[in-house]
Amino acid sequence: MKIVQLSIFLENKAGRLAQVIEILAKTGVNIRALALADTKDFGVLRIIVDEPDKAVKVLKEANVVVKTTDIIAVEVEDTPGGLDKVLKVFKDEEINIEYMYAFVEKNNNNAVLVFRVDKTDESIVKLTAKKVKILTAGDVSKI
Amino acid sequence: MEFYSKAESMSREELEKLQSERLIKTVRRVYEKVPFYKKKFDEAGVSPKDIKSVADLSKLPFTTKQDMRDNYPYGLFAAPMKDICRIHASSGTTGKMTVVGYTKNDIEVWAELIARCITMAGGTKDDIIHNAYGYGLFTGGLGVHYGAEKLGATVIPVSGGNSQRQLKIMEDFGSTMLTCTPSYALNLAETAKEMHLDRSKLKLKAGLFGAEPWSENMRRDIEKMWGIDALDIYGLSEIMGPGVANECLQKNGLHIFEDHFIPEIIDPATGKNVPDGVAGELVFTCITKEGIPLIRYRTRDITRLLPTQCACGRTLRRMERLSGRTDDMLIIRGVNVFPSEIEMVIMNIEGVEPHYQIIIDRAEHGLDELEVQVEVNEKIFSDEIKVLEDLEKKIAKEIFTILGIGVKVKLVEPKTIARSEGKAKRIIDKRKI
Repeated sequence: MKIVQLSIFLENKAGRLAQVIEILAKTGVNIRALALADTKDFGVLRIIVDEPDKAVKVLKEANVVVKTTDIIAVEVEDTPGGLDKVLKVFKDEEINIEYMYAFVEKNNNNAVLVFRVDKTDESIVKLTAKKVKILTAGDVSKI
Repeated sequence: MEFYSKAESMSREELEKLQSERLIKTVRRVYEKVPFYKKKFDEAGVSPKDIKSVADLSKLPFTTKQDMRDNYPYGLFAAPMKDICRIHASSGTTGKMTVVGYTKNDIEVWAELIARCITMAGGTKDDIIHNAYGYGLFTGGLGVHYGAEKLGATVIPVSGGNSQRQLKIMEDFGSTMLTCTPSYALNLAETAKEMHLDRSKLKLKAGLFGAEPWSENMRRDIEKMWGIDALDIYGLSEIMGPGVANECLQKNGLHIFEDHFIPEIIDPATGKNVPDGVAGELVFTCITKEGIPLIRYRTRDITRLLPTQCACGRTLRRMERLSGRTDDMLIIRGVNVFPSEIEMVIMNIEGVEPHYQIIIDRAEHGLDELEVQVEVNEKIFSDEIKVLEDLEKKIAKEIFTILGIGVKVKLVEPKTIARSEGKAKRIIDKRKI
């Protein structure tokens, strides 16, 4: 299952992240996962939210540059070797990871890995074949 | 005080007589050889016969940068190509460069005028001239080079860039005079400090600095950091290149080589001449040029002519240090740039918004930095950092390819660049010169 992630362009200036987050807070959108990539001048905020369509709408209304991106979220045991097992699948299948981030799920203490890859559909097939647990949008919104 | 040429101290009467003779000849020549001038004079109802002396100069029509563009590349040349031995060019407002051509005699005159400039700064044939102006289509490098050779001095054609190597050469080769842009002189001094270079090992005594606006504060800094005399040299490729005017060691205005170029100051709005001492737009008429003798060329530079004679003994009139421009031309590290040129480059990149801003800054003793801010939109925004960074690099590369200046491109959020009513404020010049 592909999951929709919101990618937001942020200029590198004090208070900008807070402004964007405030827009979401006021709309009642809940952030499930968040990662921030930055360069010297700008950042790209990547978030997974419970209501992506609503979030996109309010952000666009506020002139925020936002794009949706398909990502894959997988759940692994939070033990040594958990990430390694998943990365091996990508390596063996020559799937390129553009970026990834990870967080620990509070319900069962498993780790959730979020991947943006060059071949999303193919990855899902291969990961499923290797019995890696792929999360659905519904799963993620319950985290 | 030694002068390189007797022309520098001839009486005003003698000079005006010489100017009148040369003006009459030049006006006749351009009327016969350049169809553009024939048409222009005819339309203005003025015939070469009407020009009997310098006093008649204001009867002639102006020449503008637009005229040079309209006649790109060789349309204003008054000599056949077989007699043109060199071309120089500088950037123009619409992607078309301003092209100039020199005959052998023009190069010879130019060399003599640079030799006068070096002599003004106390230079002789015993000097070693460290020429850090760029060599190429830009007139700075080759202009100074030929002049230094003409004087009989030793010239090191080091050109711009690589400051550490420049300083090594300066120390090892015993450079005595430096020629470059004033900001580069400061930048070199700063690098010397960082390298803990022992100034007592240098033989530098003077420098001719130009091709960009500078100030008395910058002069003070350069002189203090290098322990030299720092003099202002002025020129523009349309008229000749560096060496149209130069400061003497009095450091109080630049002597214009009036035996070759007649200066006028006009009110840029009305085109009427203003008296000496009043600021306005500087206009030049070339009276000895063969390749491209421009008549009443509007430089767009703002200055005034000083009404008194200089203590150095030269009778050549002086213009004050430039105080500004009548157009929006920017001078970045010695390169002329029009904001419209940067705009054209940006507009030609697919998906990029027409909202941009140019910020010019100069760190203390640093070089000019030009930042081009471009608004991001959904079309060009990518989730991947490398795609965005590649876009920044692409814009910077296009600007470098077309304009020859390195810029920093910064992507900014939409609607953050101010939209003003009518003409947007595209340029923010933060330089403290």
